[in-house]
Amino acid sequence: MAVADIQKYLRSNRLPHIWCPGCGNGIVLGGVLRGVDKLQLDPNKVVVVSGIGCSSRSAGYVDFNTLHTAHGRAIPFATGVKLARPDLTVIVITGDGDLAAIGGNHFIHAARRNMDLTVVVFNNSTYGMTSGQYSPLTPAGAIAATAPYGNLERAFDMGRLAEAAGATYVARSTTFHALQIPDLIVAAIQNKGFSLVEVIAGCPVYYGRMNKMSAPADMLKWQKENAVSVQQAGNMTPEQLKGKHIIGELFRRQAPEYTEEYGKLIQRFTQEKSRVS
Amino acid sequence: MSHVIPPVSAQAMLMQGNEACAQAALDVGMRFFAGYPITPSTEIAEALAERLPKVGGTFIQMEDEIASIGAILGASLAGRKSMTATSGPGFSLMQELIGLGCLCEIPCVIVNVQRGGPSTGLPTAPAQGDIMQARWGTHGDHPIVVLSPSSVTEMYELTVAAFNIAEALRNPVILLPDEIIAHMREKIQIPETIKIVDRLKPDQPPEKYKPYAIKEGELVPRLANFGEGYRFNVTSLIHDETGFPSGSPQVTETLLKRLMQKVESSRKEITFVESRDLEDARVVLFSCGSTVRSMKEAAREARQKGLKVGWIKTGTVWPFPDEVFQNLPPNVKTVLVCEMNLGMLVHEVRRSAPDRIRVESVAIANGCFITPQEIVSGIETVYEGGR
Ligand SMILES: Cc1ncc(C[n+]2csc(CCOP(=O)(O)OP(=O)(O)O)c2C)c(N)n1
Ligand code: SF4
Repeated sequence: MAVADIQKYLRSNRLPHIWCPGCGNGIVLGGVLRGVDKLQLDPNKVVVVSGIGCSSRSAGYVDFNTLHTAHGRAIPFATGVKLARPDLTVIVITGDGDLAAIGGNHFIHAARRNMDLTVVVFNNSTYGMTSGQYSPLTPAGAIAATAPYGNLERAFDMGRLAEAAGATYVARSTTFHALQIPDLIVAAIQNKGFSLVEVIAGCPVYYGRMNKMSAPADMLKWQKENAVSVQQAGNMTPEQLKGKHIIGELFRRQAPEYTEEYGKLIQRFTQEKSRVS
Repeated sequence: MSHVIPPVSAQAMLMQGNEACAQAALDVGMRFFAGYPITPSTEIAEALAERLPKVGGTFIQMEDEIASIGAILGASLAGRKSMTATSGPGFSLMQELIGLGCLCEIPCVIVNVQRGGPSTGLPTAPAQGDIMQARWGTHGDHPIVVLSPSSVTEMYELTVAAFNIAEALRNPVILLPDEIIAHMREKIQIPETIKIVDRLKPDQPPEKYKPYAIKEGELVPRLANFGEGYRFNVTSLIHDETGFPSGSPQVTETLLKRLMQKVESSRKEITFVESRDLEDARVVLFSCGSTVRSMKEAAREARQKGLKVGWIKTGTVWPFPDEVFQNLPPNVKTVLVCEMNLGMLVHEVRRSAPDRIRVESVAIANGCFITPQEIVSGIETVYEGGR
């Protein structure tokens, strides 16, 4: 895909990026930037906060206010930024380990508060940066550097976790379905509240190689074959859905958003004050 | 940038240490607090939950202490003067991100009200066992400023100082009271005016801007606040003046040395030390925090007994005030360090005092404050000795 349309959001002098050939991260980031572009957001008013991992390196490549924090902690930093400047659009870029393991607690609490953040998780089913150990999103049975005999743990369903925790917008896609990503990002940013967009991405170098999909195209094929749209999923039995990824807009609801609620609290006092004086 | 304002609260009143901290933070312009409840610091969070929204500020109770410090660092980058408050267990959780604050040069104030440790320890009992953790708790070489109040009035004054130092140096500052100072109530005279320091703003237009560039003769970068038209990168990796990662040995060394130099070169302005009766003292007592109160009383009682005893108290624990010990007058034979731990400050005094001076300690860590009697008997034990 050409990058001319999103070139203006890239810090070209930071390129080439550190990602391996065939890595899915660039496709996800492209989708995020196309979503931002559709909304015509002022880059000065966009903050991108990331944790630590290959995916989290995205922050350094995009020309916004960018903050590359510590492993698992992007959401607390983003919460602080958003509360201090509710007028800014705050996007969190994170990996499956960053978000679902070390950052899991922050994730559910930000969702519960319905904090107005758009969290984009690059789910490559592994810890890419540290060379392919299993993450909470590694499928059961898959091979990883720390699961040489197959992963004994079951994976989280991040969408359902977000929904249960209180998120107000949840979507999923894959890098094979790259054309779908921008619209999901648009909806996520437009949602006044906590939004999760999970994008299944390939790490051919570790996850792929260890699981017989070492060519980047194998990973895309795997994504294609295992994804079912929300519409299709509606007609499938739980048995048929086993091991499949449902993609598209998964969930949406209305709920009070935290910074707005806090703003109302502040306003109550300023109004009281002006009545007194 | 600094200016002087009369705090809204100027008057004499009875106040708790933690309340004085909250009051001072509001007076100095703190407008963002994130924390997680823990004894004996909780009154700070409770006071701020009530008062921050009334002044347009923001309070949030986070899911843990890691989230709390993450949130204040984020809020600080977005321009708010920010703080959190905790105690030992929570302070332990914060360590990784304290280092991030130091490396990324994000001003903030972390209050750690010391209670008995290790682990859950003695939640409601005083201790001074976090002195070394406050200096070295996060990994890697890093600069830090740690202040320890010995009265409710100092809790106010040093909270103001903590914010001013944090803003001036763009570094986290740790306020390290012990449980006694945090929970005691005493008369406090809130000053008529306080000096307020604000972080420097960029003096370059966005096109020419390098967030971590250092102007000649300065040591502190002029980071813009997020959302003000300067789009730059902040990273927890070693970075160059552009704010982007660098693995260069030279960049690394220059950065780490400058960070340390920021604090070193400010020693004069950030060292709060008082002393008394050093001119003829044979034994000099030394302490910080609530132990200062027993120390002063012990010195008075010892003088009544005809013993030549003076004292030094420090409000600045780190950087350690080496110069005070390097310059002790020749009559001083012994320094007796009084601290509610099994010996922490004593090592710093041994390091900085000349060889001719003997350094001993009254080091008690049993959850009780050190009594003047315990210090007097310590004085009597060491009085005749020396080097
Ligand atoms: C506190 C802490 N623990 C561990 C690490 C090491 N570490 C760096 S990245 C990473 C995992 C990254 O995996 P993920 O978040 O899935 O991102 P990816 O690299 O796959 O994009 C780990 C464990 C760290 N930097 N900090
Ligand atoms: S290790 Fe995997 S996730 Fe990381 S850059 Fe390489 S392919 Fe991408």
